[in-house]
Amino acid sequence: MTAPLYGLVLAGGRSKRMGRDKAAIAIGGSTQLERAIGLISNLVARSFVSVRSDQQGDPLRAPYAQIVDAGDVQGPIAGLRAAQLAHPDVAWLVLAIDLPLLDAATLQNLIARRDPERVATAYKSSHDDLPEPLCAIYEPAAAPAIAAWLAAGRNCPRKFLIQSDTLLLDQPNPQSLDNVNTPAELAAATAPPDTAAANPRELKVQYFALLREQAGRRDEAVVTRAATPRELFTELSARHGFTLGTEHLKVAVNTEFADWSRPLAAGDTVVFIPPVAGG
Amino acid sequence: MSDFRFSHGPIDAVPLRAELIDTHCGGYAAFEGWVRDHNEGQQVTHLEYEAFEALGLREGAKIIAEARERYGVTRALCVHRLGDLDLKEIAVWVGVSAAHRDEAFKACRYIIDEVKHRVPIWKKEHYVSGDSGWVNCERCAAHAHDHAEHGHHHEHG
Repeated sequence: MTAPLYGLVLAGGRSKRMGRDKAAIAIGGSTQLERAIGLISNLVARSFVSVRSDQQGDPLRAPYAQIVDAGDVQGPIAGLRAAQLAHPDVAWLVLAIDLPLLDAATLQNLIARRDPERVATAYKSSHDDLPEPLCAIYEPAAAPAIAAWLAAGRNCPRKFLIQSDTLLLDQPNPQSLDNVNTPAELAAATAPPDTAAANPRELKVQYFALLREQAGRRDEAVVTRAATPRELFTELSARHGFTLGTEHLKVAVNTEFADWSRPLAAGDTVVFIPPVAGG
Repeated sequence: MSDFRFSHGPIDAVPLRAELIDTHCGGYAAFEGWVRDHNEGQQVTHLEYEAFEALGLREGAKIIAEARERYGVTRALCVHRLGDLDLKEIAVWVGVSAAHRDEAFKACRYIIDEVKHRVPIWKKEHYVSGDSGWVNCERCAAHAHDHAEHGHHHEHG
Protein backbone atom coordinates (compact mmCIF):
# COMPACT_ATOMS: atom_id res chain seq x y z
CA MET A 1 0.00 0.00 0.00
CA THR A 2 1.27 3.43 -0.87
CA ALA A 3 1.90 5.58 2.19
CA PRO A 4 0.52 9.14 2.21
CA LEU A 5 2.98 11.78 1.09
CA TYR A 6 3.87 14.68 3.37
CA GLY A 7 6.15 17.56 2.42
CA LEU A 8 9.10 18.93 4.38
CA VAL A 9 10.81 22.20 3.46
CA LEU A 10 14.28 22.39 5.03
CA ALA A 11 14.61 25.88 6.49
CA GLY A 12 16.88 25.05 9.43
CA GLY A 13 20.23 25.86 7.85
CA ARG A 14 22.48 28.62 9.10
CA SER A 15 23.14 30.17 5.68
CA LYS A 16 26.71 30.96 6.74
CA ARG A 17 28.13 31.34 3.28
CA MET A 18 25.22 33.46 2.06
CA GLY A 19 25.69 35.73 5.08
CA ARG A 20 21.91 36.13 5.46
CA ASP A 21 18.98 33.80 5.98
CA LYS A 22 18.47 31.90 2.73
CA ALA A 23 14.80 31.30 3.57
CA ALA A 24 14.21 35.07 3.61
CA ILE A 25 15.86 35.88 0.28
CA ALA A 26 13.28 37.17 -2.14
CA ILE A 27 13.36 36.10 -5.76
CA GLY A 28 10.69 37.46 -8.07
CA GLY A 29 8.64 38.96 -5.23
CA SER A 30 8.39 36.05 -2.80
CA THR A 31 10.86 34.62 -0.31
CA GLN A 32 12.53 31.31 -1.02
CA LEU A 33 10.53 29.84 1.90
CA GLU A 34 7.19 31.08 0.52
CA ARG A 35 8.16 29.82 -2.89
CA ALA A 36 9.11 26.34 -1.66
CA ILE A 37 5.92 25.99 0.41
CA GLY A 38 3.88 27.23 -2.56
CA LEU A 39 5.42 24.63 -4.85
CA ILE A 40 4.94 21.73 -2.48
CA SER A 41 1.68 22.39 -0.66
CA ASN A 42 -0.72 21.45 -3.47
CA LEU A 43 1.17 18.24 -4.20
CA VAL A 44 1.25 16.66 -0.73
CA ALA A 45 -1.29 15.76 1.97
CA ARG A 46 0.35 18.01 4.58
CA SER A 47 3.37 20.27 4.45
CA PHE A 48 5.79 21.27 7.20
CA VAL A 49 8.78 23.54 7.62
CA SER A 50 11.84 22.02 9.26
CA VAL A 51 13.40 24.45 11.77
CA ARG A 52 15.94 24.51 14.55
CA SER A 53 14.53 25.03 18.06
CA ASP A 54 15.77 28.64 18.13
CA GLN A 55 13.89 29.46 14.90
CA GLN A 56 10.39 28.50 16.05
CA GLY A 57 9.29 32.06 16.78
CA ASP A 58 10.91 33.59 13.70
CA PRO A 59 8.19 35.65 11.93
CA LEU A 60 9.09 34.17 8.55
CA ARG A 61 8.70 30.58 9.77
CA ALA A 62 5.99 31.02 12.44
CA PRO A 63 2.98 30.93 10.04
CA TYR A 64 3.70 27.37 8.94
CA ALA A 65 3.33 23.97 10.57
CA GLN A 66 6.80 23.24 11.92
CA ILE A 67 8.88 20.23 12.79
CA VAL A 68 11.71 21.09 15.14
CA ASP A 69 15.13 19.44 14.89
CA ALA A 70 15.94 17.33 17.92
CA GLY A 71 19.35 19.05 18.07
CA ASP A 72 21.35 15.83 18.35
CA VAL A 73 21.87 15.36 14.61
CA GLN A 74 23.92 17.58 12.29
CA GLY A 75 23.07 18.57 8.75
CA PRO A 76 19.98 18.40 6.59
CA ILE A 77 19.33 14.83 7.65
CA ALA A 78 18.38 16.25 11.08
CA GLY A 79 15.18 17.71 9.63
CA LEU A 80 14.22 14.49 7.90
CA ARG A 81 14.94 12.45 11.03
CA ALA A 82 12.74 14.71 13.15
CA ALA A 83 9.93 14.45 10.58
CA GLN A 84 10.18 10.66 10.48
CA LEU A 85 10.00 10.50 14.28
CA ALA A 86 6.93 12.75 14.30
CA HIS A 87 5.14 10.85 11.50
CA PRO A 88 6.78 7.46 10.96
CA ASP A 89 4.11 5.98 8.69
CA VAL A 90 4.17 8.53 5.89
CA ALA A 91 6.52 9.16 3.01
CA TRP A 92 8.37 12.49 3.06
CA LEU A 93 9.00 14.70 0.08
CA VAL A 94 12.05 16.62 1.29
CA LEU A 95 12.89 19.92 -0.32
CA ALA A 96 15.86 22.24 0.19
CA ILE A 97 15.11 25.93 0.57
CA ASP A 98 17.73 27.13 -1.88
CA LEU A 99 16.59 25.83 -5.24
CA PRO A 100 15.53 29.02 -7.02
CA LEU A 101 15.29 27.26 -10.38
CA LEU A 102 13.07 24.42 -9.16
CA ASP A 103 9.82 24.24 -11.11
CA ALA A 104 6.47 22.56 -10.44
CA ALA A 105 7.00 20.16 -13.35
CA THR A 106 10.08 18.73 -11.66
CA LEU A 107 8.18 18.03 -8.44
CA GLN A 108 5.14 16.64 -10.29
CA ASN A 109 7.37 14.29 -12.26
CA LEU A 110 9.09 13.09 -9.07
CA ILE A 111 5.74 12.31 -7.46
CA ALA A 112 4.28 10.72 -10.59
CA ARG A 113 7.22 8.39 -10.96
CA ARG A 114 7.63 7.64 -7.24
CA ASP A 115 8.06 3.94 -6.50
CA PRO A 116 6.69 3.24 -3.00
CA GLU A 117 8.27 -0.23 -3.02
CA ARG A 118 11.74 1.33 -2.98
CA VAL A 119 13.33 3.12 -0.02
CA ALA A 120 13.44 6.42 -1.87
CA THR A 121 12.84 8.12 -5.20
CA ALA A 122 15.29 10.84 -6.20
CA TYR A 123 16.73 12.71 -9.15
CA LYS A 124 20.18 12.16 -10.53
CA SER A 125 22.40 15.22 -10.25
CA SER A 126 22.92 16.77 -13.67
CA HIS A 127 26.54 17.40 -12.56
CA ASP A 128 27.66 13.95 -11.47
CA ASP A 129 24.70 11.55 -11.81
CA LEU A 130 24.67 10.91 -8.05
CA PRO A 131 21.36 11.20 -6.15
CA GLU A 132 20.05 14.62 -5.16
CA PRO A 133 18.98 14.05 -1.54
CA LEU A 134 17.22 17.35 -0.99
CA CYS A 135 14.50 17.07 -3.61
CA ALA A 136 13.55 13.44 -3.00
CA ILE A 137 10.87 11.19 -1.58
CA TYR A 138 11.74 9.02 1.43
CA GLU A 139 9.32 6.12 2.00
CA PRO A 140 8.43 4.92 5.52
CA ALA A 141 11.04 2.16 5.06
CA ALA A 142 13.68 4.92 5.07
CA ALA A 143 12.86 5.83 8.69
CA PRO A 144 14.46 2.81 10.42
CA ALA A 145 17.22 2.80 7.80
CA ILE A 146 18.11 6.43 8.57
CA ALA A 147 17.95 5.73 12.31
CA ALA A 148 20.50 2.95 11.79
CA TRP A 149 22.58 5.19 9.50
CA LEU A 150 22.77 7.89 12.17
CA ALA A 151 23.47 5.31 14.89
CA ALA A 152 26.47 4.20 12.80
CA GLY A 153 27.78 7.76 13.01
CA ARG A 154 26.95 8.71 9.44
CA ASN A 155 24.84 11.67 8.42
CA CYS A 156 25.28 12.36 4.73
CA PRO A 157 21.87 11.98 3.05
CA ARG A 158 23.42 11.66 -0.38
CA LYS A 159 25.54 8.71 0.69
CA PHE A 160 22.45 7.24 2.36
CA LEU A 161 20.62 7.30 -0.98
CA ILE A 162 23.64 5.87 -2.81
CA GLN A 163 23.73 2.80 -0.56
CA SER A 164 19.93 2.42 -0.31
CA ASP A 165 17.42 0.98 -2.75
CA THR A 166 16.79 4.33 -4.42
CA LEU A 167 14.95 4.84 -7.69
CA LEU A 168 16.97 7.40 -9.64
CA LEU A 169 15.24 9.60 -12.19
CA ASP A 170 16.56 11.95 -14.84
CA GLN A 171 15.64 15.59 -14.28
CA PRO A 172 13.11 16.99 -16.76
CA ASN A 173 14.97 20.31 -16.60
CA PRO A 174 18.70 19.83 -15.93
CA GLN A 175 19.10 23.17 -14.11
CA SER A 176 16.11 22.72 -11.82
CA LEU A 177 18.13 21.53 -8.82
CA ASP A 178 21.09 23.91 -9.05
CA ASN A 179 21.33 25.38 -5.60
CA VAL A 180 22.46 28.72 -4.34
CA ASN A 181 24.68 29.21 -1.30
CA THR A 182 26.58 32.43 -1.84
CA PRO A 183 25.67 35.94 -2.97
CA ALA A 184 27.59 35.33 -6.22
CA GLU A 185 25.62 32.18 -6.97
CA LEU A 186 22.40 34.01 -6.18
CA ALA A 187 23.31 36.82 -8.54
CA ALA A 188 24.22 34.31 -11.23
CA ALA A 189 20.99 32.35 -10.77
CA THR A 190 18.75 35.38 -10.90
CA ALA A 191 20.59 37.47 -13.49
CA PRO A 192 19.02 37.78 -16.91
CA PRO A 193 20.93 35.48 -19.25
CA ASP A 194 22.23 38.30 -21.46
CA THR A 195 24.30 39.73 -18.58
CA ALA A 196 26.45 36.61 -18.41
CA ALA A 197 29.81 37.49 -16.90
CA ALA A 198 32.14 36.79 -19.79
CA ASN A 199 32.30 35.05 -23.10
CA PRO A 200 33.42 31.45 -22.87
CA ARG A 201 37.20 31.11 -23.02
CA GLU A 202 39.71 28.48 -22.13
CA LEU A 203 41.48 28.45 -18.77
CA LYS A 204 43.88 25.90 -17.32
CA VAL A 205 43.31 24.51 -13.85
CA GLN A 206 45.82 22.50 -11.82
CA TYR A 207 44.84 20.42 -8.80
CA PHE A 208 46.84 19.34 -5.79
CA ALA A 209 46.37 17.05 -2.80
CA LEU A 210 42.74 16.52 -1.75
CA LEU A 211 41.37 18.50 -4.70
CA ARG A 212 43.51 16.44 -7.10
CA GLU A 213 42.07 13.24 -5.68
CA GLN A 214 38.50 14.52 -5.75
CA ALA A 215 38.83 15.86 -9.30
CA GLY A 216 40.54 12.63 -10.35
CA ARG A 217 43.14 14.57 -12.35
CA ARG A 218 46.19 16.81 -12.00
CA ASP A 219 44.98 19.44 -14.44
CA GLU A 220 42.35 20.21 -17.00
CA ALA A 221 41.49 22.76 -19.65
CA VAL A 222 38.15 24.40 -18.85
CA VAL A 223 36.02 26.39 -21.26
CA THR A 224 34.00 28.68 -19.02
CA ARG A 225 32.17 31.95 -18.61
CA ALA A 226 33.39 32.24 -15.02
CA ALA A 227 34.64 35.81 -14.56
CA THR A 228 36.58 35.26 -11.34
CA PRO A 229 38.31 32.42 -9.47
CA ARG A 230 35.34 32.31 -7.10
CA GLU A 231 32.89 31.68 -9.94
CA LEU A 232 35.24 29.16 -11.49
CA PHE A 233 35.53 27.29 -8.21
CA THR A 234 31.74 27.16 -7.82
CA GLU A 235 31.46 25.71 -11.30
CA LEU A 236 34.22 23.13 -10.78
CA SER A 237 33.03 22.23 -7.31
CA ALA A 238 29.63 21.35 -8.76
CA ARG A 239 31.36 19.20 -11.35
CA HIS A 240 33.81 17.40 -9.09
CA GLY A 241 32.05 17.40 -5.71
CA PHE A 242 34.82 19.15 -3.77
CA THR A 243 34.37 18.94 0.00
CA LEU A 244 36.39 22.09 0.75
CA GLY A 245 34.77 25.50 0.32
CA THR A 246 36.42 28.76 -0.68
CA GLU A 247 36.60 29.74 3.00
CA HIS A 248 39.24 27.03 3.42
CA LEU A 249 41.14 27.66 0.21
CA LYS A 250 43.50 30.18 -1.32
CA VAL A 251 43.84 30.73 -5.01
CA ALA A 252 46.79 31.37 -7.29
CA VAL A 253 46.61 32.69 -10.83
CA ASN A 254 49.68 32.24 -13.03
CA THR A 255 51.87 31.21 -10.09
CA GLU A 256 50.96 34.18 -7.87
CA PHE A 257 48.59 34.23 -4.91
CA ALA A 258 45.50 36.08 -6.12
CA ASP A 259 42.23 37.55 -4.93
CA TRP A 260 39.06 35.49 -5.35
CA SER A 261 37.46 38.34 -7.29
CA ARG A 262 40.38 38.96 -9.66
CA PRO A 263 39.20 38.96 -13.29
CA LEU A 264 40.26 35.91 -15.28
CA ALA A 265 41.53 36.09 -18.84
CA ALA A 266 41.89 33.48 -21.58
CA GLY A 267 44.92 31.29 -21.00
CA ASP A 268 45.21 31.96 -17.26
CA THR A 269 46.33 29.05 -15.10
CA VAL A 270 44.35 28.78 -11.89
CA VAL A 271 45.31 26.72 -8.83
CA PHE A 272 43.06 26.31 -5.81
CA ILE A 273 45.21 25.83 -2.73
CA PRO A 274 43.88 23.61 0.08
CA PRO A 275 45.05 24.24 3.66
CA VAL A 276 48.82 23.70 3.61
CA ALA A 277 50.72 21.35 5.91
CA GLY A 278 54.44 21.55 5.30
CA GLY A 279 57.04 20.65 7.90
CA MET B 1 71.10 27.33 -6.33
CA SER B 2 68.14 28.89 -4.54
CA ASP B 3 68.08 29.02 -0.74
CA PHE B 4 64.71 27.30 -0.70
CA ARG B 5 64.54 23.92 -2.43
CA PHE B 6 62.43 20.83 -2.79
CA SER B 7 64.03 17.40 -2.67
CA HIS B 8 62.43 14.33 -4.21
CA GLY B 9 64.97 12.05 -2.53
CA PRO B 10 66.26 11.73 1.06
CA ILE B 11 67.76 14.90 2.55
CA ASP B 12 71.43 14.70 3.50
CA ALA B 13 72.15 17.39 6.10
CA VAL B 14 75.95 17.23 5.87
CA PRO B 15 76.46 19.02 2.53
CA LEU B 16 73.67 21.48 3.39
CA ARG B 17 75.44 22.46 6.60
CA ALA B 18 78.67 22.87 4.58
CA GLU B 19 76.95 25.46 2.38
CA LEU B 20 76.39 27.69 5.44
CA ILE B 21 79.97 27.81 6.68
CA ASP B 22 81.38 31.33 6.55
CA THR B 23 84.38 32.91 8.28
CA HIS B 24 82.13 35.79 9.36
CA CYS B 25 79.86 33.43 11.35
CA GLY B 26 80.24 32.39 14.97
CA GLY B 27 76.93 30.58 15.27
CA TYR B 28 74.96 27.99 13.35
CA ALA B 29 71.46 26.73 14.17
CA ALA B 30 69.59 24.01 12.35
CA PHE B 31 66.17 22.43 12.60
CA GLU B 32 65.14 19.07 11.24
CA GLY B 33 61.52 17.99 11.02
CA TRP B 34 61.24 14.18 11.17
CA VAL B 35 58.45 11.77 10.31
CA ARG B 36 57.02 10.49 13.59
CA ASP B 37 54.80 7.49 14.19
CA HIS B 38 51.73 9.25 15.58
CA ASN B 39 49.52 12.28 15.03
CA GLU B 40 46.33 13.26 16.83
CA GLY B 41 45.82 9.83 18.32
CA GLN B 42 46.41 7.93 15.08
CA GLN B 43 49.35 5.63 14.47
CA VAL B 44 51.17 6.82 11.36
CA THR B 45 52.98 4.34 9.10
CA HIS B 46 54.30 6.71 6.42
CA LEU B 47 53.72 10.09 4.78
CA GLU B 48 53.36 11.63 1.37
CA TYR B 49 54.28 15.24 0.65
CA GLU B 50 53.09 17.07 -2.42
CA ALA B 51 53.79 20.69 -3.41
CA PHE B 52 52.77 23.28 -5.95
CA GLU B 53 56.47 23.60 -6.67
CA ALA B 54 56.54 26.69 -8.88
CA LEU B 55 54.70 28.83 -6.32
CA GLY B 56 56.34 27.02 -3.39
CA LEU B 57 59.84 27.94 -4.60
CA ARG B 58 58.87 31.59 -4.87
CA GLU B 59 57.15 31.73 -1.49
CA GLY B 60 59.98 29.80 0.16
CA ALA B 61 62.62 32.13 -1.28
CA LYS B 62 60.61 35.08 -0.01
CA ILE B 63 60.60 33.62 3.52
CA ILE B 64 64.38 33.12 3.47
CA ALA B 65 64.85 36.72 2.30
CA GLU B 66 62.57 37.96 5.08
CA ALA B 67 64.54 36.01 7.69
CA ARG B 68 67.84 37.49 6.46
CA GLU B 69 66.42 40.98 6.49
CA ARG B 70 64.73 40.71 9.92
CA TYR B 71 67.52 39.03 11.83
CA GLY B 72 70.58 40.07 9.86
CA VAL B 73 71.80 36.51 9.48
CA THR B 74 74.56 35.69 7.01
CA ARG B 75 73.26 32.56 5.32
CA ALA B 76 70.00 30.62 5.48
CA LEU B 77 68.80 27.54 3.67
CA CYS B 78 65.68 25.41 3.73
CA VAL B 79 65.02 22.11 1.94
CA HIS B 80 61.62 20.41 2.02
CA ARG B 81 61.20 16.80 1.08
CA LEU B 82 58.48 15.64 -1.37
CA GLY B 83 57.13 12.20 -2.25
CA ASP B 84 56.82 9.12 -0.03
CA LEU B 85 58.59 9.22 3.33
CA ASP B 86 59.10 6.50 5.93
CA LEU B 87 59.20 7.02 9.68
CA LYS B 88 62.36 8.76 10.94
CA GLU B 89 63.17 10.39 7.59
CA ILE B 90 63.86 14.13 7.43
CA ALA B 91 60.79 15.96 6.13
CA VAL B 92 62.26 19.45 6.28
CA TRP B 93 65.68 20.89 7.00
CA VAL B 94 66.45 24.50 7.97
CA GLY B 95 69.92 25.86 8.65
CA VAL B 96 71.09 29.37 9.47
CA SER B 97 74.53 30.80 10.13
CA ALA B 98 75.13 34.21 11.70
CA ALA B 99 77.71 36.26 13.56
CA HIS B 100 76.02 35.36 16.89
CA ARG B 101 73.78 32.53 18.10
CA ASP B 102 70.74 34.62 19.04
CA GLU B 103 69.86 35.71 15.52
CA ALA B 104 70.65 32.25 14.17
CA PHE B 105 68.12 30.64 16.54
CA LYS B 106 65.48 33.27 15.84
CA ALA B 107 65.85 33.14 12.07
CA CYS B 108 65.72 29.35 12.09
CA ARG B 109 62.49 29.42 14.08
CA TYR B 110 61.02 32.08 11.81
CA ILE B 111 61.76 30.10 8.67
CA ILE B 112 60.24 26.81 9.84
CA ASP B 113 57.12 28.53 11.20
CA GLU B 114 56.52 30.54 8.04
CA VAL B 115 57.21 27.58 5.75
CA LYS B 116 54.60 25.52 7.58
CA HIS B 117 51.97 28.20 7.13
CA ARG B 118 52.68 29.75 3.75
CA VAL B 119 54.35 27.37 1.33
CA PRO B 120 51.88 25.29 -0.73
CA ILE B 121 52.93 21.87 0.56
CA TRP B 122 50.45 19.17 1.54
CA LYS B 123 50.96 16.17 3.78
CA LYS B 124 49.02 12.95 3.52
CA GLU B 125 49.30 10.66 6.51
CA HIS B 126 48.86 6.92 6.17
CA TYR B 127 47.70 5.14 9.31
CA VAL B 128 48.07 1.64 10.75
CA SER B 129 44.30 1.26 10.30
CA GLY B 130 44.81 1.44 6.52
CA ASP B 131 43.11 4.84 6.48
CA SER B 132 44.81 7.97 5.22
CA GLY B 133 44.12 11.67 5.26
CA TRP B 134 45.36 15.05 4.06
CA VAL B 135 46.41 16.95 7.17
CA ASN B 136 44.34 20.12 7.81
CA CYS B 137 41.98 19.31 4.91
CA GLU B 138 39.79 16.46 6.04
CA ARG B 139 38.57 18.23 9.14
CA CYS B 140 37.69 21.39 7.22
CA ALA B 141 35.74 19.25 4.81
CA ALA B 142 33.93 17.51 7.66
CA HIS B 143 33.21 20.88 9.19
CA ALA B 144 31.72 22.22 5.97
CA HIS B 145 29.40 19.26 6.10
CA ASP B 146 27.55 20.33 9.22
CA HIS B 147 24.24 22.05 9.81
CA ALA B 148 25.65 25.27 8.42
CA GLU B 149 25.35 23.87 4.95
CA HIS B 150 21.79 22.66 5.29
CA GLY B 151 20.63 22.02 1.79
CA HIS B 152 23.89 22.13 -0.11
CA HIS B 153 23.87 18.98 -2.13
CA HIS B 154 27.23 19.44 -3.79
CA GLU B 155 28.98 18.92 -0.50
CA HIS B 156 27.32 15.63 0.15
CA GLY B 157 29.53 13.60 -2.11
